[in-house]
Amino acid sequence: MSDHVDVSNGLPANPEKSTIEGKNKFLGMWVFLGGETIMFATFFGTFLGLREGTAGGPTPDELFSLPLVFLMTMFLLTSSLTSVLGIISMKKNNFKAMRMYFLVTVLLGLGFFGCEVYEFWHYNHVGLGYSVSAFASSFYTLVGLHGAHVLFGLGWITTLLVRYWGKGITLANAPKFYSASLYWHFIDVVWVFIFTVVYLLTLGGA
Amino acid sequence: MATATATANKKKSVVWDWLTTVDHKKLAILYLVAGTLFFVKAGLMALFIRIQLMVPENDFMTGQVFNELITMHGTIMLFLAVTPLIFGFMNFVIPLQIGARDVAFPFINALGFWIFFFGGLLLSMSWFFGGAPDAGWTAYVPLSTREYAGSGMDFYALGLQVSGFGTLISAINFIVTIINMRAPGMTMMRMPLFCWTGLVASILIVFAFTPLAAGLALLMLDRLFMGQFFTPDMGGNSILWAHIFWIFGHPEVYILVLPAFGIISEVVPAFSHKRLFGYTAMVFATIVIAFLSFMVWVHHMFTIGIGPITNSVFALATMTIAVPTGIKIFNWLFTMWGGKLVFNTAMLCAASFVPTFVLGGITGVMLSMAPVDYLYHDTYFVVAHFHYIIIGGIVFGLLAGLYYWYPKMFGHKLNETLGKIMFWLLYIGFHLTFFIQHILGLIGMPRRVYTYLGGQGWDTMNLVSSVGAFVMGAAIVVLVLNIVYSAFKSERITVSDPWNARTLEWATHTPIPEYNFAQTPQVRSLDPWFYEKVHGEGKMQPAEPLQDIHMPNGSILPFLMSLGLFIWGFGMIMINMDNPIVPPGVVIAIGFIMTFGTMVLHSKEDHGYHIPLEEVKKIEKEVG
Repeated sequence: MSDHVDVSNGLPANPEKSTIEGKNKFLGMWVFLGGETIMFATFFGTFLGLREGTAGGPTPDELFSLPLVFLMTMFLLTSSLTSVLGIISMKKNNFKAMRMYFLVTVLLGLGFFGCEVYEFWHYNHVGLGYSVSAFASSFYTLVGLHGAHVLFGLGWITTLLVRYWGKGITLANAPKFYSASLYWHFIDVVWVFIFTVVYLLTLGGA
Repeated sequence: MATATATANKKKSVVWDWLTTVDHKKLAILYLVAGTLFFVKAGLMALFIRIQLMVPENDFMTGQVFNELITMHGTIMLFLAVTPLIFGFMNFVIPLQIGARDVAFPFINALGFWIFFFGGLLLSMSWFFGGAPDAGWTAYVPLSTREYAGSGMDFYALGLQVSGFGTLISAINFIVTIINMRAPGMTMMRMPLFCWTGLVASILIVFAFTPLAAGLALLMLDRLFMGQFFTPDMGGNSILWAHIFWIFGHPEVYILVLPAFGIISEVVPAFSHKRLFGYTAMVFATIVIAFLSFMVWVHHMFTIGIGPITNSVFALATMTIAVPTGIKIFNWLFTMWGGKLVFNTAMLCAASFVPTFVLGGITGVMLSMAPVDYLYHDTYFVVAHFHYIIIGGIVFGLLAGLYYWYPKMFGHKLNETLGKIMFWLLYIGFHLTFFIQHILGLIGMPRRVYTYLGGQGWDTMNLVSSVGAFVMGAAIVVLVLNIVYSAFKSERITVSDPWNARTLEWATHTPIPEYNFAQTPQVRSLDPWFYEKVHGEGKMQPAEPLQDIHMPNGSILPFLMSLGLFIWGFGMIMINMDNPIVPPGVVIAIGFIMTFGTMVLHSKEDHGYHIPLEEVKKIEKEVG
């Protein structure tokens, strides 16, 4: 219970796990991400099973271009780094730095999301509609679900930033920022797998 | 809305109180009521099914209605009846058994209930919009795709998606509660077995309901947005659905049966007046069953043509599950062995569970043998098998739990005479209905047919089975009568421990104060309450001084958030409707804004309130 922790000498070293609420959020978030992993695994399995099924429509090696995907990867990986820096600032009780790093995270995430919107628009433009083939459906579903997660994460972090813009770090909001950053890392890890399994595997000829 | 901090004594109307409650004990009762309503609904469907099959070439209903009834019977029973009933018990009992004041996330607990409830409502609305889902509870493609199934399957995909999300977040809540909220001294290996099975079942939910969510998303995308996952012409694969569904579907059986095992493991020691035999082995067996449950899904697909090697591997893995299950059976028997047995209704249900479940288990091993499965597949033998597991196992377990925990929940026992009448009616009716279906299956009656020709030797057996179903129906009527009768006539309970039981929930006052334990108890042993009665002073030693108690505020947001999801789901379904009066996009947007808007509202900090020390002392004096 938050009122049991003595904060008269400043925040404790791990403000996100100092209260029982914080501990619960920490564990609950990890368990939730465990479930999310299995859900994404199912969509990965679907994609791997159906990626040959182009049914005369555009094939992946005609469509995918590594430069764009590289740019997206850079956006997302960097945003993951800035969210780590944000959490480190939180542990040092440096609210202004944390706020700034999370803001950069949101901007980089928006950059990624913009690229993804462009990518989908482009594929659709060159003939890969959602219903063109099983490959198209499973590709859009897997990558689109990841994109939806990015969007949700952006909304989450933005809400936290707006809510706590001038409030400083407290034992109540530290677990919230921490959970959001865990979620953000998870999205990032899923992207690493998408990058490998969806793009590299296809272009590498496997 | 209870946003202000000092709302402890503010009087709320009854309806508002139940809509906004985050108290695990009240949510448990909501779960039980909602689960019972769905149970009665799906039970009536079963009776209609048995009326239709009572005589050959019956025209009581059309094949289409029959298909809708079997689909809804299975779907409702598994997702909307048994799961919430189990969650009801878990919600009520687990925090008490581990010595906690509430679950880890009271808000999420309420949210989980309301999402489940609105998901069930969404599925049930299908009857009014062009018919219920009709592709079987397994919703095999291509039967369930946009090509072959009517709008009912849209309600199936969206309704289960919504209710499944509620189940998932509730499960996460239970996991965190059990790991983080245990009282001092309550180590993992001192937890009652019901907590263990609840924990393991929750872990299974996290890893099984997420593939289901993915599968349902694929089905929805197929039906609403022309996804091509299951269309072979377009590069799709229809076996994919069967795999995803059974990767969820097999663990689902254990999600339901493990908590029932847990209830049995509480009731049998309590009424044998002995500690549970082989506690460690029971925990181990629970974990092994959970692990193996993810290794056996292909045994539902033996005849789909995957090949002999795969079939052999999965057949062997399936047989292996009999080993930990057997450990449990023997442990229950040895718990009863030499005990001072009391055969009240709870114990009768628990004790009869053991042989009935063994029968279901043995037919399970028979079905696991891939070559002979070709004979059993899609016959009434399978129907008989899983009803032995689900009714003989889970329903009897739930009833044992109901009679056992009823005095703690409602302050009075259920009537024993009516209880025993219910038990015998149900026990006889159940075996009458389902034992004979083994034979029906073996002589070749396929399942999921709405009628059959006479003169094949099936007529009498089907009649017997239908009569049995009515006897079971009578048993449920007696149960409902018992609940009403006992509410008015049964003696009020004021002692904390009416059964002379062993676990921590019986150390609380009856009725239980909102905060459960005035002082968090210090646990010194397995079966802590029994230990204190025998070795201590007859009451739990406190682990903290008597002080102000921190409690969470109630909130209407879970209800609104779930309503938003319901509206969103309905909007999605409207995409396929011929004549939606409101554009589906508008409805989807309203639901979406409502759900996420309430999430943003919820980000406002709410630190709950404190029950002051004097108030606690006053309450303790009143109930103690």
